[in-house]
Amino acid sequence: MFKYLKQLTSLVAMVAVLFTFTTETMAAKKSKTLKNTQKKGFVRCGVSQGLPGFSNADAAGNWTGVDVDVCRAVAAAVLGDANKVKFTPLSAKERFTALTSNEIDILSRNTTWTLSRDADIGLTFVGVNFYDGQGFMVRKNSGYASVNDFKNGISACTNLGTTTELNMRDFFNSKGISYEPVTFEKADEVVAAYDAGRCDTYTTDKSGLAAQRIKLSSPDDHIVLPETISKEPLGPVVRQGDSVWEDIVRWSLNVMIEAEEYGVNSANADSMKTSDNPAVKRLVGAEGELGAALGLDNDWSLRIIKQVGNYGESYKRNIADTGILPDRGPNELWTKGGILYVPPAR
Amino acid sequence: MNLNFKKIFPQLLTLLFVVLVFGFFSYNAQVNMDNRGITFGYGFLSQESSFDVQFSLIEYDGSHSYFRAYLVGLLNTILVSVIGIILATIIGVVVGIARLSKNYLIVKTAAVYVEFFRNIPLLLQIFFWYFAALRALPLPEKAEPMLGVFFLTIKGFFVPALIWNNLHIFVYSVIAAIISIIFVRIYARRKQETEGKQTPVLMISIGLLLILPLLSFLIGGASFVVEVPVIKQMSQSSFTYDGGIGLPPELIALVLALSLYTATFIAECVRAGVQGVGKGQKEAAASIGLTPNQVLKLVIMPQALRIIIPPTTNQYLNLTKNSSLAAAIAYPDLVLVFAGTALMQTGRAIEIVSITMLTYLSLSISISILMNWYNKKIAIKEK
Repeated sequence: MFKYLKQLTSLVAMVAVLFTFTTETMAAKKSKTLKNTQKKGFVRCGVSQGLPGFSNADAAGNWTGVDVDVCRAVAAAVLGDANKVKFTPLSAKERFTALTSNEIDILSRNTTWTLSRDADIGLTFVGVNFYDGQGFMVRKNSGYASVNDFKNGISACTNLGTTTELNMRDFFNSKGISYEPVTFEKADEVVAAYDAGRCDTYTTDKSGLAAQRIKLSSPDDHIVLPETISKEPLGPVVRQGDSVWEDIVRWSLNVMIEAEEYGVNSANADSMKTSDNPAVKRLVGAEGELGAALGLDNDWSLRIIKQVGNYGESYKRNIADTGILPDRGPNELWTKGGILYVPPAR
Repeated sequence: MNLNFKKIFPQLLTLLFVVLVFGFFSYNAQVNMDNRGITFGYGFLSQESSFDVQFSLIEYDGSHSYFRAYLVGLLNTILVSVIGIILATIIGVVVGIARLSKNYLIVKTAAVYVEFFRNIPLLLQIFFWYFAALRALPLPEKAEPMLGVFFLTIKGFFVPALIWNNLHIFVYSVIAAIISIIFVRIYARRKQETEGKQTPVLMISIGLLLILPLLSFLIGGASFVVEVPVIKQMSQSSFTYDGGIGLPPELIALVLALSLYTATFIAECVRAGVQGVGKGQKEAAASIGLTPNQVLKLVIMPQALRIIIPPTTNQYLNLTKNSSLAAAIAYPDLVLVFAGTALMQTGRAIEIVSITMLTYLSLSISISILMNWYNKKIAIKEK
């Protein structure tokens, strides 16, 4: 009898320990993510499995791209070093679960901001770092010059579990076009199947089409049709419920865009400390106490600009110079005819 | 009393522990979901799915519910599993027996096949059949017709469809044929037991299966027309086939990979089963004057099946579960449609993954029950 009592006591103790652990997690401190990140010494960032220009790893395992730069900016702001980022490549299907289950702290993976994603599944979108839209790529010799030529029916390859699947249905239904959706889990398989001739068209965000075209066996035999059938504002996402972390990511992105607007870049950032413009001085931390509001020091934004550069530099380095989309289109500053417009950092 | 207590208490403790562990995990999941603002519920199943699926056995489009999308995926999984199991069994039995042949070439060919296919990871084989075979197949406009009506192209395997008139009469005639065959078999067995006379059951069965459906055409009014696929131009250089039935290349690649892979294991089960029957049995059967066919049918196979069935059941289960690799090559099975697209669009990970797990569990248990029933039927009946 005494023997079982002992077993029972240890069991009760074990259960008690487990429950204390839960209550501890329940009483989450306000900026738990920030605290954890500083403790770990790196930012945990979820990216794509390889989309040139947005998030792509080279042979040595170095990640580059505009999505990658958002995470680097946060690392520069929070930890002082833009290289202190741990990248986790995620499929479209895995990405939200990885974020909500605390595997990563920022999801910066060409993800479209929609109401249901923002409100329903425990996510918060912090901004837009690329304005995109869904398009179609076809073979040049197919004679398709516009989406209206699809009227005889078409088979379309695309990625699984993306807004693309839904847009495609809305679009084809509204036009009365019959279509065969062929959906793959990974982008590489979509490209391979389209390349082999399984599908007549490959549809995804236009930036994605431009980037994936490079992977085709003869890229010059394919064209992207002029029409854009959807709005795809792509941006970084964080978990719901940590508003301090949310603000840090949002303003790290905003600072990059505002720096371009005021002409502050990685080369001239230090010298801008003595600028006459108070907005510029605030941006490089020479005036005001903006960092304190985010729980950071006052040089956070200066580090972002110096280590990662402003949005224009990031775009040029990753998307324009690589030949993916040399024309910035809507991703130009509002002052230059685009729609990039961020609230003032003050 | 004390003895009883000693027996029951550890079991109660174990039960309590299991309940507590489950309780802890569900409580923890609930707390974490609350913290992250995720709601829980199965209400989404009746919502409009708003995505289309490439290949479906039932009528479905994006205006149907998520539950309907689930059924589409489930039926596609069952389809690929059933075809896969049938093909794997046929190939497995043939190869298994071939390995016991006296012909050197046949034995070695079968051995090479088994060693080659069972030692390469299944996912690689699926990719191989899909991408390598896909690239080797012709574009629709360049496809050579097989027998004039079958077209194997990169966009799928297009076969003629039968447009039926009075299909139900034909179906009834087939059912009637099957029922009469069962009666004939019972009659033949009785005759054998009482009078010792053999009845040519096989010939009678084939005859019944031919004559009754034929009657349904001649006097029942059943008829069909064959709809042959015809090439259709969609643009300057893209073509497809219209009419008939189009089987997607994904289905074909998946069935090929699954059945060729699983057949190697079944072949080994068959070989083990036949070799497991003592040599003396065969010699004894021959010595009482049974023909080689009768020896195989009446002495060897009944004993071999007892050894073959249990491990083969495992292979059937494996094939069904392995069919979930379909998602890699865009075959819309349960995992791709429901645990893939539907999960992504709704974000209901816990609900959808639990439903999917329960579904695979039920499928596997159904196969197990069926095979256990068959196993019991052929097991040694101690008299």
